[in-house]
Amino acid sequence: MSDAHMSEGRSGANLSVPNADALDKAADVEGRSLWQDAFRRLQTNRAAMVSAIVLIVMAFVCFVGPVLVPWSYEEIDWDILEAAPPNFDTGHYLGTDSLGRDLLARILQGGQVSFLVGILATSVALVVGVTVGATAGFMGGRVDQILMRFVDVMYAVPLMFFIIILMVVFGRNFYLMFLAIGFVEWLTMSRIVRGQTLTLKNKEFIEAARASGGSTAGIIARHIIPNVLGVVIVYVTLTIPQVILLESFLSFLGLGVQPPMTSWGALIAEGAQEMEITPRTLILPAVCLSTTLFCFNFLGDGLRDALDPKDR
Amino acid sequence: MWAYFTRRLFIAIPTLWVVITVAFFLMRLAPGGPFDQEAPLPPEIMANLKAAYGLDQPLWWQYVNYLGNLLQGDFGPSFKYKDFSVTELIGQGFPVSIQNGAAALFLAVLVGIPLGAMAALKQNSGADHAAMTVAMTGIVIPNFVVGPLLALIFGIWLRETMFALPVAGWNNGALPNRILPVICLALPFIAYIARITRASLIETLRTNYVRTARAKGLPFRMVVLRHAFKSAMIPVVTYLGPATVFLLTGSMVIETIFGLPGIGRYFVQGALNRDYTLVMGVTILAASLVILLNLFVDLAYAWLDPKVRYE
Repeated sequence: MSDAHMSEGRSGANLSVPNADALDKAADVEGRSLWQDAFRRLQTNRAAMVSAIVLIVMAFVCFVGPVLVPWSYEEIDWDILEAAPPNFDTGHYLGTDSLGRDLLARILQGGQVSFLVGILATSVALVVGVTVGATAGFMGGRVDQILMRFVDVMYAVPLMFFIIILMVVFGRNFYLMFLAIGFVEWLTMSRIVRGQTLTLKNKEFIEAARASGGSTAGIIARHIIPNVLGVVIVYVTLTIPQVILLESFLSFLGLGVQPPMTSWGALIAEGAQEMEITPRTLILPAVCLSTTLFCFNFLGDGLRDALDPKDR
Repeated sequence: MWAYFTRRLFIAIPTLWVVITVAFFLMRLAPGGPFDQEAPLPPEIMANLKAAYGLDQPLWWQYVNYLGNLLQGDFGPSFKYKDFSVTELIGQGFPVSIQNGAAALFLAVLVGIPLGAMAALKQNSGADHAAMTVAMTGIVIPNFVVGPLLALIFGIWLRETMFALPVAGWNNGALPNRILPVICLALPFIAYIARITRASLIETLRTNYVRTARAKGLPFRMVVLRHAFKSAMIPVVTYLGPATVFLLTGSMVIETIFGLPGIGRYFVQGALNRDYTLVMGVTILAASLVILLNLFVDLAYAWLDPKVRYE
């Protein structure tokens, strides 16, 4: 609107009457933000949309489903006490594990752990990575040097070894686990955000914000971070599956969540020991884990195509 | 360029020192010790054991001692494998891990690059989609699922046929014992390398110098092999640096599943047993490997990309 007014003013008075009509029409045309454009592009990507729906359904089932399952994940069916095939009379819709616990209830509970770790650890990585990256990129100079050297050093450290030591040292603590995983995953995030910030830093609107007296922290929070969000969202969707995989890996080695709680990785480890008798106990959690990872990866790829107009 | 590499090597020393220090004090924070058993030892024996291994000294003194020994190349005795030094254990385990890792990496490059290149050259064809679906499957089905499944197929279902393969043990490195672990370790790498190769080759084929080469009338095959391929390999080489880390962690899983006597399994067992020196030894080795391989990646970089200059 303001642009239109300015051009009207410049072009002189003789155009003012027909233009008023045109302006009314222009006001009817709805503006589309970058985000709406991206969302529209995403909607046309069938693989990404299906993945998003599958993920929502899976998360919903994992968190709400246990209410409808007659058994809880830690309850032992003393009438069975072995890996029994599915039986609708006893309420074990997917059978039981080798201790007689309901497999469906355990898979759902494992899914809760995987989704929670995925989201919480990625949030840790997100907050730390974006803060460090944006600060380093925007401040430049010595701050940038110190922060990025630190990231370089961390990259050279086999962090997986430290996570394992941490999990052994402090016991299998759920909160510690997602903190530790998050602190590993923030490194790449900070590099990406820093790169984006460097290109944004010299744009006019940042200069304008500075000229009007904005503080450094304010400019980072109000102007830099919203503008790097697109790239960050793509990376977040691709980090969540990595985190879920890392958690399952730890659980597989027996370092993840504490029994009787379980996770998909722990279920796979248990199932692998009995696979020649009951392949079901290995295959079912493996299918759940792989489907989730598959969907997150497809969604991430779809978001990248949608938010990165360069590749269209 | 030499100045650059000497500087990098000098940065490696403080990095290693940080790794050693953090790992040392983290391990010592752990509740319990290497000599805890289900039936507790009498206090006198425990005191003697601790004195024998120097664990009765103040922690900072143990740390200084450890660093001093390390400088002389002595990783100390293992607390759990009696009569073995950590150097001996690593000497036994490392060849197993490195052979598997190198074979897996070789296989991954051998299969992954052609797969990715084929997908890129036939972009959006059926073959492309098929290759990329396979690659995605390799990424989302983790090692610790593929391992047991392969063991189930080749060890149990096919055990009466000629395709039967041993699913556990090392058997002094007999070839059949290596097949399943190496395949299992290589699968995710094949997938990643194929995806990276495809993306990067597609991008390179769109550049102006490739168009120029084609406009000159060079056959397409020459354009790809002579002009596009080398610079398309840069992201692949970059990936090989972090890949070594995956290789190290992957070998923990593979060695646990297939019962191989490599360092990955020593590490997990050692951490659970509070075998301080063994865990430290493997961590230091892993960190050195990562630093060294990243350096090699940088070297390869300079060779592939003439724009890269190290000052």
